[in-house]
Amino acid sequence: MRLALSLLALLVPLSAQTLVNGAGATFPYPIYSKWFDEYHKLHPDVQINYQSIGSGGGIRQLEAGTVDFGASDQPMNQEQLAKSKIKPLHFPTVLGAVVATYNLPGLSRELNFTPDALAGIFLGKIRKWNDPALARANPGVPLPSSDIMLVHRSDGSGTTFIWTDYLSKTSPEWKSQVGSGTSVNWPAGLGAKGNEGVAGMVKQTPYSLGYVELIYALQNKMAYGLVRNAAGKFVKPDLASVTAAAAAAGMPDDFRVSITNAPGKDAYPISSFTWLLIPSQIQDSAKKKILVDFLRWMLGPGQKMTEPLSYAPLPQRVVAKELKAIAAVQ
Amino acid sequence: MAAEPVRGASRARGFLGRLRAGDQVASLITATFAASVLLLAALLVFELFRGSALTRDKFGWAFLFTGIWDPVAGEFGALPFIYGTVVTSALALAMAVPLGLGAAIFLSELAPPRISDALTFVIELLAAVPSVIYGLLGVFVLVPLMRQVGAPYGVGVFTAAVVLAVMILPFIVSISREALLAVPREQREAALALGATRWESTWQVVVPYARLGIFGSVFLALARALGETMAVTMVIGNDPKIHASLLAPGYSIAAVIANEFTEATADLHLSALIELGLVLFLLTILLNGVARLLILGTTRRGTAQ
Amino acid sequence: MSRRRFVNALMFGITGLCALLTVSVLFFILGYLLWYGGRSLSWSFLTQLPKPPGEAGGGMANAIVGTGKLLLLTTLIGVPVGFVAGVYLSEFGSGSFPAVVRYTADLLNGVPSIVVGIFAYALVVVPMRHFSALAGAVALSLMVIPITMRTTEQFLRAVPQSLREAALALGASKWQTVATVVIPAGFRGILTGTILGVARVAGETAPLLFTSFGNQYWSSGFNQPTASLPVMIFTFAVSPYDDWHRQAWAAGLVLLALMLTANVAARLVLSPKVAQNG
Repeated sequence: MRLALSLLALLVPLSAQTLVNGAGATFPYPIYSKWFDEYHKLHPDVQINYQSIGSGGGIRQLEAGTVDFGASDQPMNQEQLAKSKIKPLHFPTVLGAVVATYNLPGLSRELNFTPDALAGIFLGKIRKWNDPALARANPGVPLPSSDIMLVHRSDGSGTTFIWTDYLSKTSPEWKSQVGSGTSVNWPAGLGAKGNEGVAGMVKQTPYSLGYVELIYALQNKMAYGLVRNAAGKFVKPDLASVTAAAAAAGMPDDFRVSITNAPGKDAYPISSFTWLLIPSQIQDSAKKKILVDFLRWMLGPGQKMTEPLSYAPLPQRVVAKELKAIAAVQ
Repeated sequence: MAAEPVRGASRARGFLGRLRAGDQVASLITATFAASVLLLAALLVFELFRGSALTRDKFGWAFLFTGIWDPVAGEFGALPFIYGTVVTSALALAMAVPLGLGAAIFLSELAPPRISDALTFVIELLAAVPSVIYGLLGVFVLVPLMRQVGAPYGVGVFTAAVVLAVMILPFIVSISREALLAVPREQREAALALGATRWESTWQVVVPYARLGIFGSVFLALARALGETMAVTMVIGNDPKIHASLLAPGYSIAAVIANEFTEATADLHLSALIELGLVLFLLTILLNGVARLLILGTTRRGTAQ
Repeated sequence: MSRRRFVNALMFGITGLCALLTVSVLFFILGYLLWYGGRSLSWSFLTQLPKPPGEAGGGMANAIVGTGKLLLLTTLIGVPVGFVAGVYLSEFGSGSFPAVVRYTADLLNGVPSIVVGIFAYALVVVPMRHFSALAGAVALSLMVIPITMRTTEQFLRAVPQSLREAALALGASKWQTVATVVIPAGFRGILTGTILGVARVAGETAPLLFTSFGNQYWSSGFNQPTASLPVMIFTFAVSPYDDWHRQAWAAGLVLLALMLTANVAARLVLSPKVAQNG
């Protein structure tokens, strides 16, 4: 009897805590996870539960109203915003880099990738590691003759958007044949779920190549390559080169901007902001208060936590602009 | 109180009487619960049809035969998923049926009853292992093994088929064994009396006699394999294309729904996924129906269990 | 003649091998989970919440409790429906209606679990506008109802007619007979079948993906998304973090232990002679 009562007690909601649910991008999951954890330590009565199901998932569940906020590496486009009932506001949170990560047994050097090589690999035209396009950019490096085992995303991904956006800007063939988006019709390779899945697959499959957010490659001690930017220089993805990419970009009022293939000689060309999508009207005043407070905290102390996880903090001017924009959340 | 036959008593007491006795109420209440099952099933089918209306209107039957899955361009076709689902299941059957039937024959013909029961108990526990655990073992044990044996990715259609084969094995063994045990003893004895060896009697008389039940088990196993989600998602490679090689990655209907459902932002994409669910649903219903008919056929013919 | 005897011995040898192989698969699975899972199983795994990716440690306490909560809710929602429907089919049904219900239940039973998930999402999550343990329980209930119904009907039918007639002869009404005589007589078998059914859905992952969703914290009540063992195993297994892999093994061991215990207990302890096709 006592057992039954205590079992039933599991079902009674505890009213002390407020749970805010969010879902979306896997790109910033490590930093968001850290942020929500730290915020919970500061405010024990607030639980922000974030599930990383991909940017597409974040947008969709936000629109369906099943989560309180979303997260995406792809800003919603005009068409999506027009159709949206929620009309979410975009708040950039951090800057990150999407890197080409690979698993070449015995080779620990960093490889150089040109935009043409990357487009060719992902179009399925460049099949082997020792293809001339790769060899030219990496003189003296003993590239194996094995096939490139290509890995991409199987889910709706903002990381995919950043990657394909870059390829579309640098390769007319890619743009016409595949285009950019969170889910594309990949000409080659197989799909893994989430940044986690791609990293997992590349880590375990010899001779594989995939694209992931920088922190996933770093945390798993995986090799990643340099990419030639618009100024012609091979740049290594890191905090400095990502910040350089953001420096050149203007920031519109609604914060939706793409910084791939940025000008600037030190810019890493596959960088991107990532956004939290907050509804412009929030009915639940307790949740609204929490979200607004979190945004402020994120733009202040939160920005100091980004570097250890290899995300670049937002430029000061963007932070200032965002703090003013928070007032738009009703 | 004198004893009364029930039906006569009910009729004699009249409606109020029956009501007082509570029988009518009980019948009504239980019937309502039973009807709720019908309601749920009807709702399910309705939701599947409604959710897939967009793509059904746009693509019609061509949906089943198109091989493109392109969310960006809004082109959706079920063929790669139907292919992946059918091929993995067929391969799984090809591996599991001989093994399972062999085991069932051993358990029904050769093993002493106590050992047979004990071994069957253990084999049926395999059916209790959750799908995600098969997936876990698939990812960490089978996939590296496949890489060594020749599949460069490790994941792929063949890997998924192997995992499925292990998952459907207990069904084939258990049901075939029942079907074989149901064969009347006279059949075996007649064959033996004519000079057949035990094996000849088994293979040429008993197994054919039980073939309905055995086919039933195969269809049931097939239906299960078709709908299997988690284990397949974890090892099939998630590539919506049809490749020539069985070692290449592929995709199944259940796997693509699991991967893309929470994220399909475009209405057409969502509708395509639900239509895939509808296709899978109808296929499974068909196979389950055939299976039940076949198994029913055996248990009626054989001796009472 | 000796050739035929040779074939006889050979074929039975092969079938014996088949049986041995099949049985060994279970021990293989158990062995792997015991080895890898056992090594990662620790007190902190059972009592702590998950940590952010990349940070070592943490556990799956919320997932274990979450699975327990889902099963409790499923038992409260799905089992009574299946049970009462089964009573109807066995005791009160007449005409063609019962046959239709039976066929429909078989239909529901055969629905792939992912499709059940889609349905539960449309039925519960969308109108309620949030993911919840309740939605997950509804999805699992949809799977448990046909099993419970069939089990109940099967074991009630097995109760000898003489018991019913004796009760009626003593003046009991039909429902009194059913409630006080028939159901208790078939109770053991029904309980066994129900435990097996609930255990079966306990391991399902696909229906939970779009319903109970996931939660890094404790979920309170039944109206919030909740972590569950199967979903955590899935998420951690496909990730690149070694620490998460270890936890996936440990969670797999816990889940399998629960399933096998329920199955073995139900079959051996409660009903030694129950037919195994229940």
